[in-house]
Amino acid sequence: MVLGAPVARTSPATDVDEVAALDSPWVTIVWDDPVNLMTYVTYVFQKLFGYSEVRATELMMQVHTEGRAVVSAGSRESMEVDVTKLHAAGLWATMQQDH
Amino acid sequence: MRKWKRVNTSSGVRIKSGLEAHEVTMLRNLVGSLVEMLDERESSLPRDELAELTGMKIGPSQAPDDDTMRRLLPDFYHDPAQHPDGRAAGESLNGALRSLHEPTIVDAKRQAAQQLLDSLPHPAGKFELTEEQAEAWASAINDVRLALGAMLDIGPDGPQRLSPDHPMAGHLEVYQWLTYLQEYLVLSLLDER
Repeated sequence: MVLGAPVARTSPATDVDEVAALDSPWVTIVWDDPVNLMTYVTYVFQKLFGYSEVRATELMMQVHTEGRAVVSAGSRESMEVDVTKLHAAGLWATMQQDH
Repeated sequence: MRKWKRVNTSSGVRIKSGLEAHEVTMLRNLVGSLVEMLDERESSLPRDELAELTGMKIGPSQAPDDDTMRRLLPDFYHDPAQHPDGRAAGESLNGALRSLHEPTIVDAKRQAAQQLLDSLPHPAGKFELTEEQAEAWASAINDVRLALGAMLDIGPDGPQRLSPDHPMAGHLEVYQWLTYLQEYLVLSLLDER
């Protein structure tokens, strides 16, 4: 299965993230889970990442159909923050270096 | 359970609904158990005097033993064997990330649970939530569903049907009720137009 391209962050820290991503590209991946509701996952993507409803829905559908989706990319530290927030919200997320 | 309704007021968005007394009791018990489980996980670690002095909480580096807590507090690094420097490096990274961030995650979950407990109608009836409270409800109810889902061993095809005399049949009924509650709550949060 081919992964979607890492998503650009829409936060004010985008420039910093992009520079960091060149040095050490890390990604945050959300995995499909039989309990989490599609509406809730879409809501969390909008709320945590500031994604539009369309983008959040696309990512949610990618998780649902492909089993996983890259939801953010950047420095290791910023991925730690993203995974922490996703775990707090109850989504199954992990981080890894994108080779 | 009544409908969830989103209204715009002069002091911001309010999410309105209502609960019967037995529903309030059930939510209080379930979310109370969630808080207990989180407290227990936190206290499983010996007291760290340095952490108390500095105010920096350090969490455990090991994943929880039981499936339920492992689902609530999953690993950060997916597959340690895939780490470029080998499995040991991957496992060590996983442990380090867990001890650094688990306290924040436990705090966030407990805070959401407490916000739900504090905003339940008493003893029953109509109630209204701010958007922030409604978000806390969605998150805390999700955690309870994750815990019940792990106990019920819910797989990709959803919950199995259980005969009424099955020991877990009551849990399944509660799980399904929470699913509806969360779905309508989240729809009212998403409905910003």
